[in-house]
Amino acid sequence: MHIIESGNVAAALGVKLSRAQVIAAYPITPQTPLTEKLSEFIESGEMEAQYVPVESEHSAMAVCIASSSAGARAFTATSANGLLYMHEQIQWAAGARLPIVMCVVNRGVGAPWTIWNDHQDSISQRDTGWIQYYVNDHQQIIDGVIKAFMLAEEVMIPVMLCYDGYLLSHTYMPFEVPEASAVDAFLPPYKPAYALDPENPANLNTVTMPDVRLDAKGRLAHGYMEIRYLLQEDLIRTIDVMARIDESFRKHFGRGGSPYYETYQCEDAEFIAVSLGSLSYHLRDVVDMLRADGFKVGVMSVHLYRPFPAEAIADALAGSTGIVVFEKALSYGYQGALCSDIKSALYHKGVDGSRMPFVHNYILGLGGREIRTTDLCEAFRKSCTEGAAPTDELRWLGLKI
Amino acid sequence: MTHTKTTILSLPEEEFVNPGTRACAGCALGTAYRVALKAMGRNTILVVPPSCLTVLQGLYPIAATKLPSLNVTFASTAAAATGLTSALKALGKTDINVVAWAGDGGTSDIGLQALSGAAERGDNFLFICYDNEGYMNTGVQRSGTTPQGAITSNTPLKGKLQQKKDVPSIMAAHGISYVATCSAAYPLDLYDKVRKAMTLPGVKYINIHIPCPPGWGFDTRYAVKVGKLAVETGLYELYEVENSVSRLSGASRKLIDKRALVPVSEYFRAQSRFKLMREAQIGEIQKQIDARWVRYFESPEDNGES
Ligand SMILES: Cc1ncc(C[n+]2csc(CCOP(=O)(O)OP(=O)(O)O)c2C)c(N)n1
Ligand code: SF4
Repeated sequence: MHIIESGNVAAALGVKLSRAQVIAAYPITPQTPLTEKLSEFIESGEMEAQYVPVESEHSAMAVCIASSSAGARAFTATSANGLLYMHEQIQWAAGARLPIVMCVVNRGVGAPWTIWNDHQDSISQRDTGWIQYYVNDHQQIIDGVIKAFMLAEEVMIPVMLCYDGYLLSHTYMPFEVPEASAVDAFLPPYKPAYALDPENPANLNTVTMPDVRLDAKGRLAHGYMEIRYLLQEDLIRTIDVMARIDESFRKHFGRGGSPYYETYQCEDAEFIAVSLGSLSYHLRDVVDMLRADGFKVGVMSVHLYRPFPAEAIADALAGSTGIVVFEKALSYGYQGALCSDIKSALYHKGVDGSRMPFVHNYILGLGGREIRTTDLCEAFRKSCTEGAAPTDELRWLGLKI
Repeated sequence: MTHTKTTILSLPEEEFVNPGTRACAGCALGTAYRVALKAMGRNTILVVPPSCLTVLQGLYPIAATKLPSLNVTFASTAAAATGLTSALKALGKTDINVVAWAGDGGTSDIGLQALSGAAERGDNFLFICYDNEGYMNTGVQRSGTTPQGAITSNTPLKGKLQQKKDVPSIMAAHGISYVATCSAAYPLDLYDKVRKAMTLPGVKYINIHIPCPPGWGFDTRYAVKVGKLAVETGLYELYEVENSVSRLSGASRKLIDKRALVPVSEYFRAQSRFKLMREAQIGEIQKQIDARWVRYFESPEDNGES
């Protein structure tokens, strides 16, 4: 069915179609309409699930952690300070290997208070062991939620599906809502290898020693480091699994084909802009404008940010002359996190002495600062004409200081 | 519901705690845990935050408990219990009990918000606070429930200046179906209260007084003796709150018939954590206890918590 709705409703429909069984919800702008919608689905009987109106985000993730440990499909959503308040629990969910799905409706973080969009919230959770997937429009939100459950349950790693607050959450766009039966055929019910059960007791997430240790029957069990190594191994494996799931989704629904990133006009591009989220669609206009002026430019939108598909991204970018990373977040004290990751991905391309593209980094749109197309256009044009910079200096766009 | 009191002869023989745990010698938590698990029975899932109980439960991959147990973050015990009850409901397994076991720090301080939230929502589980009156796992620091006057690792020279936080009253104020206080020194009373709690709806709250030899400063032989003194002096009261009515129970109820309390100084003098307490301070506390108990003696059926 084709409908016109908000991004938050697209996410809620995705959760309903995925038959999430436990939903923990705590209000925070701009996520709130998503979990409100889910409460409506459940109260009206349209959706069968337990809705837990928790008293904090820390508890929201606790509900997801415990219900997932007991074998239920769990979902929550949050933004900004709500996500930061969960931080301890986010790490716990990944370490405990629970396939929770959480929508992060991206918003800047305090202090000072801001309710507007940037990416600092989810970027600050980059190193927690979660899968992070950024989407750019409403169709990708609803499809992304369904794929996220599939992915999480296949690799037993939680997924953050990130989309821009207001720009996507509160805007209305047309999108296709998949048939429930088609989603059921794509996404089987959650069947964990182990769920808490009195018939088959286990003590989960116990204190674990620095070294490996024998169990009561004399079998060697993992130490802390082995458990964490396996998380990393499975995250790396997730890169291939994501491609497989995207392909399966494409077969079922006819949409997909870009599991890691999406490119626009990159085939012959000498200069490629890179960004996360809806900003990359904004940059398509800029690419069209610069192309009209004769610049060979393109834009890459990174979807799968953790695990980072470094090889695929480096392959796609290595042949260009320059890369311009536009970011709505910052690793304070250094540069944009995406920019660092891209440089790091390119590193091995340069060790054989091949020519490396230069990389510029623009920080923009923090706390909802307006991103003007003309500013983007000028910045990108400047990077194309200026070429490699002598220093790694961060560039700010739209700053009025 | 049966009103027959359990005796040592009728206590179920099945054990859910394996022999040999990592608790300190003489720890009363081991007793309370062993007996309470008998009352819960096999069809139970436990939730445990970091605490002495985490240590008692053993180091991966060896577990001291035969019941499934979910270790969770410090502040999240009650919310995790909610998560379990929600999942069990969603999966149609509503016959499984969910029981959270947290220390007093994990209950009265960092875990209070989640506990209050779950109580207000009416989620269906039993929350047990085992109250050893301090952060013992991290080396005996003060908690909200450490009593006034007690020396701890971070009240080393003056003792704790503030009063013990009354968490059972806070929980009773939520209007939940059951609040009870117990002591590890009276395991059969504990057993019966846990049994009763398991039959009631919503959040149930049980506070268990847990004498702790290294934290309180007494010889490992004396956990039961110290626990009993707390009750016999009238300082720690055993009671139940049902339908907003509070009634003394167990050994505390018996004190009404006896009409005699052991002087509270005996309790304080049995533990080195109270060695800074002066006679005048102890006298003041004795006066408060006496005032409370005179009311109980006068109207035994109306002994609502003050
Ligand atoms: C968020 C967080 N803060 C602090 C700690 C450190 N910590 C672990 S156990 C503990 C004390 C537990 O005290 P209590 O709940 O009273 O249980 P007890 O150890 O006394 O049995 C503390 C402070 C932690 N694990 N997590
Ligand atoms: S510190 Fe106290 S409560 Fe903790 S295990 Fe030792 S005796 Fe028991």
